[in-house]
Amino acid sequence: MGHANTFNEDAKLPEAAAKRAQTIALACAVVGLGASFGGGLLGLFGGDAKELHHQFYFSWLTAFFFFTTLSLGGLFFTILHHLVRASWSTGLRRIAENLAMNIPLMAACALVLSMGFGDVYHWTHIDPAKDPIFAVKEPYLNVGFFTIRAVVFFALWAVLAFFFRKNSVAQDGAQSAESASAFNFKMRRLAPLSMLAFALSLTFFSFDWLMSLDPHWFSTMFGVYVFAGTVVALFATLILSVLWLTRNNAVSTDTLTIGVFHDAGKLMFGFTVFWTYITFSQYYLIWYANIPEETGWFMHRAQGGWEHVGLLIAVGHFILPFWTIMSRHVKRNRFMLGLVAGWMLFMHFVDLYFVIMPTHHHHLHLHWLDLTTFVGVGGVFLMGFLFWCKRDALVARKDPQLTASTGYDNV
Amino acid sequence: MTSQKNWGVLAEFANPAELLHAAQELHKLGYRKFETWSPFPIHGMDDAMGLTGSKVPWLTLGGGLTGLTIGLLLQWWTGAVDYPLVIGGKPYFAWQFATPVTFELSILLSAFGTVFGMFALNGLPRPYHPLDRVARFRRVTDDGFFLSVEVADPLFDMERTHNQLAELGGAHITVVEDK
Repeated sequence: MGHANTFNEDAKLPEAAAKRAQTIALACAVVGLGASFGGGLLGLFGGDAKELHHQFYFSWLTAFFFFTTLSLGGLFFTILHHLVRASWSTGLRRIAENLAMNIPLMAACALVLSMGFGDVYHWTHIDPAKDPIFAVKEPYLNVGFFTIRAVVFFALWAVLAFFFRKNSVAQDGAQSAESASAFNFKMRRLAPLSMLAFALSLTFFSFDWLMSLDPHWFSTMFGVYVFAGTVVALFATLILSVLWLTRNNAVSTDTLTIGVFHDAGKLMFGFTVFWTYITFSQYYLIWYANIPEETGWFMHRAQGGWEHVGLLIAVGHFILPFWTIMSRHVKRNRFMLGLVAGWMLFMHFVDLYFVIMPTHHHHLHLHWLDLTTFVGVGGVFLMGFLFWCKRDALVARKDPQLTASTGYDNV
Repeated sequence: MTSQKNWGVLAEFANPAELLHAAQELHKLGYRKFETWSPFPIHGMDDAMGLTGSKVPWLTLGGGLTGLTIGLLLQWWTGAVDYPLVIGGKPYFAWQFATPVTFELSILLSAFGTVFGMFALNGLPRPYHPLDRVARFRRVTDDGFFLSVEVADPLFDMERTHNQLAELGGAHITVVEDK
């Protein structure tokens, strides 16, 4: 139909909207990072303030991991789009690509943790000779190999994010439908291998950075559990991004239609159920087998106030969204779905908090550093995201499949 | 031969667009007991005919909640009330082990509610329909686009309805009889 070549939106972020968002992001970054690093450094003086130092790293890890999953979600969505040769998601592709481009920024945030590595990961100072359970894991779980894996993972993700976005943007300048298709073909060819690499790297990344917080505990489902939460958060982010872009007239609702919005809502609903399925399965098998080295992790989180957080997650991450976004009226209502999307991002944070923080606090203990690190890393993340949003068109304008994304409403 | 009575009228249309238009106009005129027939689904027909949302989702919900209740009661009553037995050191009843069965039963009865509810609302199975008596109507599975208005509609008047269908472009307007 040749519609793609006559796509007449420039799909650029308006200067005023960009400025406003960038100012907010910068303010968040400065205030958040300032307060966080201030608190962390204060802890170096020892005494009563020493706790601040430890708390800083745990709060930082939570915030860092949260925003890293948003980037990884973007990368997953980009690869998936090409892997299955999707057409409905063509309009959303560029947003996901921009999210994925924040990987190098997140790697920089990871570097902050290296200073307090031993404070967060206790396996760094366990003597394998005295700990038979850890002795088995030691060949895998040691600082050297951990570092190598971390570098490899971040490098891999950065390269993939760069590859997909570079070709995607180059496609924007395509002169004909044929040359535009050539870019799709190129990206599609790398998609299967990328997906395989992504699945393996995310699994071991979550083993390394989250599961090893309790070096005695293990769950083979842990990678899928983190993945499921990541994808829910990704769709929530996409929904909020679409709302923001259409509200500021950066992209019209003829391009990012209510149909595309509805479909993103359906997938958020689907992955919320998938997350529940995986989370319950992990818990259920461990509950049923009742083996001490496995149950410890859950026992730890079933007391000291953490049981309330667990309940909040069960209700807030499943029951509430399940009954809310099951309705198509809610999924087709921009305000309502945006509200649920924001709530799901919050629940994703609580979910990660529930995984990370009990390692440090046996009793539920909310700390102001949790908030400041989140605001700080979030500000940095937003700045990076806006940078990529501003740089190029917000929609893959020359993609021949764009018509299929904009042209129909899948009711 | 049993006594014959009129069931309604049937009109044939040239293409989906004309059928859609006719449905729109009839609905505007106030007709409610009319039906369109075509070899394939026509986009926008639901709106044109003024059909409101389906009741099937509520039957799905009913089935699901029934399954949920039965699943929980079954496991609690058999395991903790009627015949308490310690198995694998587990409690007589716990939500953890009750979840999979409860989940499966909810899904099963949701599916039953959906499929059988859809059958019931459609009045299926229906081995006989008055329209089967019209020979031309067989083309509905091939290239025919039909619209039928039932006598049961309060607005139905043999002459007026006939004329209205003709004005909307209906051809081969036939009175359909029923046993």
